[in-house]
Formats: sequence, C-alpha cells, structure tokens
Amino acid sequence: MSFFFQELVNGITTGALYSLIALGFSMVYGVLKLLNFAHGDLYMVGAYIGFFVIQFFGGAAHPSIPVPLLLVIMFVLAAGLVGGLGMAIERFAYRPLRDAPRIAPLITAIGISFFLENAALLLFGAQYRIYNTSEFISFSSGIQIGSVTIDSVQIMVVVLGVALMVGLRVLVNQTMLGKQMRAVAADREAAEMLGINVNFTIAATFFLGSALAGVAGVMAGLLFNQVTNTIGFIAGLKAFTAAVVGGIGSIPGAMLGGLLIGLAESFVTGYISSTFTNLIVFGLLIVVMLVRPSGLLGRAQLQKV
Amino acid sequence: MSLDPQLPPAAGPQVGADEWVARQAHRREYLPSWLGDAQRAGERVGWWPRLAIAGLAGALLPTIGLSGFQLQVGIDSLTIALLAVGLNIVVGWAGMLDLGYIAFFGFGAYGFALLSSAQIASTGIHLPAYLSLPIVMVAAAILGLGVGLPSRRLIGDYLAIVTLFFGEAFVEFTNNVAPSKLGGPNGIVGIDPIRAFGWQLTSNFGYYYLLVIILVVVMAVLRLVEKSRTGRAWRAVREDPLAAASMTIPVNRVRLAAFAAGAVVAALAGTIYAAQQANVFPTDFDTPILILVYAGLVLGGAGSIAGAALGALVVMIIYDGLLRSPTEAGYLFYGLVVLTLLARLRPWRRLAAVLAATVAFGFAAHAIAKAISASAVAGGPQSGGWIADALRDWVIVPANPQTPGNWGFVALICLLITLVQVGNRWRTILLVPTIYLASFVWETRLVVEPSITRQLMIGATLIVMMNARPQGLLGQRRVEALT
Repeated sequence: MSFFFQELVNGITTGALYSLIALGFSMVYGVLKLLNFAHGDLYMVGAYIGFFVIQFFGGAAHPSIPVPLLLVIMFVLAAGLVGGLGMAIERFAYRPLRDAPRIAPLITAIGISFFLENAALLLFGAQYRIYNTSEFISFSSGIQIGSVTIDSVQIMVVVLGVALMVGLRVLVNQTMLGKQMRAVAADREAAEMLGINVNFTIAATFFLGSALAGVAGVMAGLLFNQVTNTIGFIAGLKAFTAAVVGGIGSIPGAMLGGLLIGLAESFVTGYISSTFTNLIVFGLLIVVMLVRPSGLLGRAQLQKV
Repeated sequence: MSLDPQLPPAAGPQVGADEWVARQAHRREYLPSWLGDAQRAGERVGWWPRLAIAGLAGALLPTIGLSGFQLQVGIDSLTIALLAVGLNIVVGWAGMLDLGYIAFFGFGAYGFALLSSAQIASTGIHLPAYLSLPIVMVAAAILGLGVGLPSRRLIGDYLAIVTLFFGEAFVEFTNNVAPSKLGGPNGIVGIDPIRAFGWQLTSNFGYYYLLVIILVVVMAVLRLVEKSRTGRAWRAVREDPLAAASMTIPVNRVRLAAFAAGAVVAALAGTIYAAQQANVFPTDFDTPILILVYAGLVLGGAGSIAGAALGALVVMIIYDGLLRSPTEAGYLFYGLVVLTLLARLRPWRRLAAVLAATVAFGFAAHAIAKAISASAVAGGPQSGGWIADALRDWVIVPANPQTPGNWGFVALICLLITLVQVGNRWRTILLVPTIYLASFVWETRLVVEPSITRQLMIGATLIVMMNARPQGLLGQRRVEALT
C-alpha cells in the first residue's frame, strides 16, 4: 500500500509539472486557436536557464547566495526570459500568419520547435547538464508519513504549481487583462471592435504561457536533475495530451488533464513497465479523442458557418 | 509606359487604376529582356512534356559519372521526393495536417522487412517483390483508413494531434514491442533486395533508376487523380467542408481516401527504402525525417505535385549532399546570402551601399580586433577553398571560437528579429552588422557543426517560407474563406 501512495505522490508531482506546461499551451490555444508545438521547447529553454543560474552563482555544491534566494532568481529569470522568448516568437513568426490558412502557423510552429531544439544543441551541446539538486536542497528534509516520503522539492513543486494555477485563475477571471483575453478568445474581431488591443492581449498571453513553461522547466530540472535539448519534445507531447484530455482551451481542464497524465504515467511505470509508459499515455489520448473529442471539461464546439 | 504585348488589349474602356495595376503585376511576374522571353517559352511547355523532360534528365544524370556518395544522395533525395508527393495529397490537396505521415513510411519499410527477411518463423518469409509490395501497400491503405477514421469527428487541429501521437506511438511501438520480431532499437537487418521472376536488384544504380521510374509514374498517376472527380473533391473539401458537403461531396469518405492514398505512397517509398538499405531501425522513422519532408513540401509549394517533388529534391540535396564538406557548405551559404541580397534589395545603389559598407565594416572590425588582441583573430575562417582565403582578413575568428560563436548566434537571432520589425531606413543600416555577424557565426560555429546546421536550416526553411511565401516556390497562393 505504501508503494501505491508513493506512486501517488510522484504522480501528483509530475502532474503539477505537466499541468503548468499544459496551462500555457491551453491559454495560447484559447486566444489564437493555434497549437503551439514550440511550447515544449520553451520548457526546455527554461530548464537550461535554471541550470546556468546555478552555475553562475558558484555551482550546486557551494552557492554564493542563500538557497531560497537562488531558487527565486532561478524561477524569476526563467519565467522572464522564456516569457520574452515566447513573445518574440509570437511577434516574429505567428503574427504575420494570423489570417493565413490554418495550416500555415502550425507548420511554422513545427519549424520553430525544431529550430529551438537544434539551437540548444548548438549552444549547449548534447551532453546532459546535471542540476545536482541534492547538493543544495537536502532530499531528507521532506515529510515522512509512514513509509511514504515526500521530499522538499516535491512539496515545493506542488505548492508553487498550485499557487501559479490559482494566480492564473484569478488573473483570467478577475482582472481586466483576463477579461480581454477571454474576449479575444471568444471572438477576436468583435473584441477588436470594442477597443481591445488584440495584439497586446495576444502578446501578454504568450508571455504568461511561456513564463509558465519556463517555471515548469526549472521545476523539472530540480525534480529530474538533468537537462538536455530533447526533453522539450516529449514533455510538450505530454502537455498536449494533458491539455487535450482536459479539454483544450479550458484552464481547469488543463490542470485536471496534467494531473491525470502524471498519475497515469506514474502508475503505469510503477505497476506495469517503464517501456510502455509513453505508448500507454499516447493510447489514452487517442481513446479520449475518439470517445470525447472535446476533452473532459471542454465544451463541444459547433462549427460556425 | 509600354504595356505587355502578351496581354490581350482590354475590352471596353479602361476604368480606374485597377486594370493598370493588374497589368503591372502581370508584367512584373516576368524577368526583364530575354530572360522573360525564355520564361514565357518555358511556361508554354505543358505539364506532361515537363514531367518527361525531368524524368529523362533524372535518368541521364548517372551517365555523367556520379560517385557512390552522390548516387546515395540521389537515392535518398528521390525517396524524400516520393514521400513529399504523397504528403501533398493529404496536406496540399485535402488540407489536413498529418503529423504521423512518416509512420506510414516506417510501416512500409517494416512491412517489407518482415515479409522478406529471416525475421519471422525459423526460415523466414522471403516473398518476391510482386507479392510483398502489393501486400504492404494494401495494408498501409487499411492502416491509413484506420488512422484517418478520427478525421470523421476530429476536425483540423485535433487531427494534427492524433496523427502526431500516432507517429510517436509507431516509434515507441517498434522500439519496445515484440523485440524478437521487430528487433527493438536494433531494428531488422539482412533484408532481401527487390526480387522478382528470378532476378534481383542489388546495385545502387538499379535502385536509382527504380526510384526515378516510380517517382515519374506516381507523379503521372497523381496528375490524373488531381484532374479527376476525386482530386476536385479533395480541393473542395479543403476550401470549405460545409460547402462541399452541400454539393453532395461525401466529405468523410473523401478525407479518408486522401489519407489512404498518402499512406500508400509513403509505404511504397518505405519498401524501396528497406530493400535498398537492407536494414531498418526505429530512428529512421522519427520526427526529423517528417520535418524534412514537410520542409520540402513547403519549399516547393503544398498543392502542387511538381512543387512537392522539386522542393524535396532541393532540400534533400542541400541537406544531405552539400552541407557535408565545409567548402561546399561555404559556397552555399555565401552564395545564398549574396543571392538573397541581389533579389531583395532595391534600388541598386542601396544594394551597392550595403555590400560596400559590409566589406568595409568587416575589414575595419578585423583590424580593430587585431590591434586589441592578436588571439582574437587567430582562428581563421573554417570554410575551405578560396572563400577562406578571401575572408582571412575580413571575418574575426578567435583562437577559441566556441563561446563567442555561441553568443554571436544568440545576437544574430536577436538582430534578425529586430531587422524584421524596424522600418526601411534602419533595416538598411542594420543589414550590415547582420551580414557580418552571420558570417562570423558561420565561420565560428555553424561550419564546424554541419549536422546541427542542417537541422537548423530545415527548421528555418519552414519558418521563413511560411512567413515570406506560404504558397512555396511553385504553388499557387490561396485565400481561405473567413469562417
């Protein structure tokens, strides 16, 4: 039974991670109706930024500043830089294609994903970069309930993830910017006619979504301890799955989907075999798509004439 | 103002500027002087003669004496061209984004491999090609129908996701399921060559000709399909499914047919690939190949058979053939930079000013860097040939170029993004450091990492083509009706 709870804890942790990536993905889809295939690679960039922050402050073993401050700098810098990168991508590659045939921005997004992945390969090389989390955050400093260990990184990931999700929900539901986002998502032209700055709103959405991916990247670095240029692709796929299972464009759906994917992955790895994890997760997606194409919490979209 | 003699004189009175604008636009589509005449003469040649000429040229190419490596590049390029032509059915005509397309290629290769190797049963199955090819293709069509079935309910983006996962699932499947039969990561080795009626195809020359013939035949068949009811139905469904349905076109069936047809072509390419390589591995059918095919299709122009084939050939020859030796890659890079400037910069004095300023900027920067520190210019250009000699005193290459090259790469991306955003005057001014920085990054980093440069080029092709010329080099611009 303790094995079950351990897997549950692991699943919730990775689920929080996937939820964060899926949230940004889902937000972008909401306002632009664009599957941003480059989203997973933004997460990869965030993970690299976290790594280089650790290196800049003297490496994992002897950081030159207090550990909490280091963590804050990692998260803030990753969020800011990756958010900026996401905005630049939107401005540079997606905005000119806003009224192009639907397939054009999708192909561009694939191109950007591929470009980012290989740019990281060029800049950082193919070797794994190791965070060495255990050298500056003691794993034993977590909570021990019976035989189930919840280490401090897991607690931090889940707490931060939930805080960001709540913050995002407040932002989308209660601020002016969130209102504008929802308006643009509902009908871009009508929003423009009502005086909403659509370009700004979309840029802000990209910034927020990408920043979430950057934060998730740092979390992944802390949690899984290693970074390489290909982690973005698989994580991006999992996040698509999460967003789609939950109902694409729906924020609570992305959270729920991320959690489900995290749990499914954790239990499949724990009880069946790690070789089939991805296969089963992808299979789950295809089944959900066939049975309930609009996702668990999504609304069925009627085709407008 | 001399009007174009090719245009018939306008019937009726000329009202407003529209007509004049249209004539100018028409005139500008042609190059000046005799080049334009040649262009018009070329346009008068019909589609079928062009296909015949291209096929003949392809067939005659090996007679000028290709090295073994060049022949292999030719075979790979033709395979990718075949894939692009098949992908064009799904993406270009039916307008569905199929991101699992490469799995059908892999399915064809694995299917052929299982049917013509010692993999299954103790002695193995060794079917002749006239049996195994049809079996694999029919199976691929059925699989295509199965994967396409979601398109009944999943419109647009959802289909892209499902197919993407299908592609990933295929790689995972071949990697992990039934290792004794599919070989896992070690793949299947020792596959028979194409074999029928007592003779077999073993030389690369044979495969080259086989691929040329197959490509020409597939293109011819697809041309007939394009002009048929089915082809028109595909395009109608692409433009507006609802309108197509109200014209009694069975939208779902038409989409499934496109999916299956694409799958058959991909599987055919896969069988030839497996037979020629004599081994298949899961990684041969992963996303990079898919993106390569997409780059070819997008470069040539989705929706045009000739465009798809030509684009794929160009992309693959550059990717596989030219970007291997630093000298040839250098010619390609600098040639492309100069050609782009020649084609895009007007008027001429601006072009001359930019080029002169770039040259002067480079020599000045080099001299300053040398004066500050000798090691800053100690590296020397990494391109080979006369280009390296010409650039020796122009481009700064530090003794240890990796880190500055990386920063240069980041700066170059930022500069390029800025360049697109700023106005005309600043664009001209910023062009000078951009060209110089591009050359710097090329000499310090890109030319020493050809395998990464190739991938970057493919990604950049997709982004740039989609933004600058979404219809591709040979495709026709189309406007999507607003919904």
